[in-house]
Amino acid sequence: MLRLLSRAAFGAFVFAAAAIPAAAQDFPKRNITMVVPFAAGGPTDIVARIVGEHMSKTLGQPVIVENVVGAGGTTGSVRAARAQNDGYAIIMGHMGTHAAAVSLYPNLAYKPDVDFEPIGMAAGTPILIVTRKDIPAKDLKEFVVWAKANNDKVNMAHAGVGSVSFTSCLLLNSILQTKPTQIPFNGTGPALNALVGSQVDYMCDQVVNLVPHVTGGTIKALAVGTAERNPALPDVPTSKEAGLAAFQVTAWNALFAPKGTPKPVVDKLADALDKALDDPAVRKRLLDLGSDIPGKTGRGPQALSTLVKSEIERWAPVLKGTTIN
Amino acid sequence: MTDLLANLALGFSVAAHPYNIGFCLIGALVGTLVGVLPGVGTVATVAMLLPITFGLPPVGALIMLAGIYYGAQYGGSTTSILVNIPGEATSVVTCLDGHQMARNGRAGAALSISAIGSFFAGCVSTVLVAALGAPLTGLALLFGPAEYFSLMVLGLIFAVVLAKGSVLKAIAMILAGLLLSMVGSDLETGAGRMTFDIPELSDGIGFANVAMGLFGFAEIIRNLEMSAESREIVNAKISGLMPTRQDLIDSSGAIARGTILGSILGILPGGGAVVASFAAYTFEKRISRTPEKFGRGIIQGVAAPEAANNAAAQTSFIPLLTLGIPPNAVMALMVGAMTIHGIVPGPQVMTKQPELFWGMIASMWLGNLMLVIINLPLVGVWVTLLRVPYRLLFPSIIVFCCIGIYSINNSPTDVLIAAVFGLVGYWLVKHDFEPAPMVLAFVLGPLMEENLRRAMLIARGDATVFATRPISAGLLLVSLALLTLALLPMIRKRRDEVFVESEN
Repeated sequence: MLRLLSRAAFGAFVFAAAAIPAAAQDFPKRNITMVVPFAAGGPTDIVARIVGEHMSKTLGQPVIVENVVGAGGTTGSVRAARAQNDGYAIIMGHMGTHAAAVSLYPNLAYKPDVDFEPIGMAAGTPILIVTRKDIPAKDLKEFVVWAKANNDKVNMAHAGVGSVSFTSCLLLNSILQTKPTQIPFNGTGPALNALVGSQVDYMCDQVVNLVPHVTGGTIKALAVGTAERNPALPDVPTSKEAGLAAFQVTAWNALFAPKGTPKPVVDKLADALDKALDDPAVRKRLLDLGSDIPGKTGRGPQALSTLVKSEIERWAPVLKGTTIN
Repeated sequence: MTDLLANLALGFSVAAHPYNIGFCLIGALVGTLVGVLPGVGTVATVAMLLPITFGLPPVGALIMLAGIYYGAQYGGSTTSILVNIPGEATSVVTCLDGHQMARNGRAGAALSISAIGSFFAGCVSTVLVAALGAPLTGLALLFGPAEYFSLMVLGLIFAVVLAKGSVLKAIAMILAGLLLSMVGSDLETGAGRMTFDIPELSDGIGFANVAMGLFGFAEIIRNLEMSAESREIVNAKISGLMPTRQDLIDSSGAIARGTILGSILGILPGGGAVVASFAAYTFEKRISRTPEKFGRGIIQGVAAPEAANNAAAQTSFIPLLTLGIPPNAVMALMVGAMTIHGIVPGPQVMTKQPELFWGMIASMWLGNLMLVIINLPLVGVWVTLLRVPYRLLFPSIIVFCCIGIYSINNSPTDVLIAAVFGLVGYWLVKHDFEPAPMVLAFVLGPLMEENLRRAMLIARGDATVFATRPISAGLLLVSLALLTLALLPMIRKRRDEVFVESEN
């Protein structure tokens, strides 16, 4: 009943919004809520807060981050998809919620490429392949040989089904054609703890989480899944240099508005995001975290729309057979 | 040693900066408030305040967030003692004897001893963090899935031992708690378990809902059936606010032992602090010459777990500061706070940013001192609250609980769940089942299951792994010994019953 009521209210609002497009011109008149479907302090949250802070300056209204956690980020995404489409509720989605989730959740209550208006790519975090420090392999090539030879003994850690570390490691496994035992953890922290303690063999995760441990020598980094080396870890080779060019993966974070948000409003938001990504202070903070900032061509609604479509297609075969009900 | 002193001197020079003292005070105050308000959790508060720290200098921000964390440990005991509602999982045990003391008119003594015990534990463990932080880090790494599983088993055995009634009923409650903890998404497959297609259940039942219901609401329902005169919390005359000399002598040993247990268990990621408070209580009951007085308002039963949970709260900073690995949800948020400020948590923080590392440690000691200064005068205020007539006090508790529960996830379903647990809790009390073992099992259940499955996955299904790894085997042996000790009185039940009767 409640759901029915909210649907009705939602419908009424769509009607009202369509009736007064003029409202888009003086947007924004009040606070903008940016939903982050993950916990505060995580990689997506940090990117959201850094760009959100600068967007507030351009838009002249505070952008407030709201963390709506649960079900691999899909809880927050559902809420954002059903929010009023006036531009006052936007979401910082990522590779999981707006691409991989389509393959992972057969009953997903939203379609990332249909139920959202793309605003633009914010920043991505490259994925790093790391192993325990005492693994009998000094580089990626040796690791591949070792992993194939010990197929039934290898333990791969991940931060939960559907997490970035999970999907990106499945990509690695599908390239290597290996089937290690998957050891699930609740988040990157516990998984990393087990890797530092040599209880598991390897994992894949976002650079930002791993930098201190790689530089501290408690874990070994084999390759980063980007075209260029990461400034935070200049000694770690790219996957191409290490001989596994097919492993190209970045945990991208991008802004979306609910479907039907007026185009002028989306453009205003995209412009604010663009200005944030050009700001030297914002760039420095993001780069210090090891993030990838999209170039001019990679920004804006059009580029994001293309990216979402291609990413949904890309993850489908990798995640085949892994579904969450 | 001279290094340590020099480092601490650096730390205090940072922490004593007027700004940082201010942040520390704000953190301690907010933490106390969070602990006192039922339902408002530390994780939620730190998450809410995280954006505010954006504009602050990093040292001040972290000092404030840390203050909230250990301040809540102080405050959490207040509601446990006064109205039998644990604000945090770590203060569940404090309810057992703390609230009984309040009913006997000794709320002042209970509140004071918990503040004093916490302060002592805070001082000792701060020095511990400073002196042994780096070497102790290795301990956390020795613990793999098998060891954690065995530690959780030990934790559950503590719950059996601390129960004052039938052992069989305590075990039944533990199993019920474990079952409840399995509601939610499966860790490995993400499939919903016992969620009945209710989306609010897909991430499991929240601790606050269960604790508020079983302790708070159930207590209120139970009070409603009494006559108007006997409803008041305090039946006896309220005696002195401060603990007597005898109280201090009685509890000094308990505080010291609680501090040691808490300091060790706090280093372990996960349920360390919760297990510590239960372990300290159980240990006191075991070595006491009058174990039958536990659960009826004995001061050691308040002093030991309060010292333990505060010590654990401090030492849980060790893995964060030295390894950069957060041991619990609050610490994970602290990592987020550090990253937002451009500090990469990890082993290099100590060498690259000594003023941050040692400043935080020194501020912990200052914060503990502030908390005692804040809390001791407040004891009088809290005790006066007990004199508020029942018809005014209890509706306000319900309102506060409901607001607290609702605010965690903005979810009305959570309030309903708490209400259901209120009814369940009432039924349990009526049938002499104790809710504390159930809550402990509920908190430890997910950790236990995860680690059991991880250990079995890594061992490829070989269950002997729990017996062949030495630490795990040791923990299981201790569990077995404790269980035997707990079951012995059942064998000699006759004698025990006579004993209880003659005491009444």
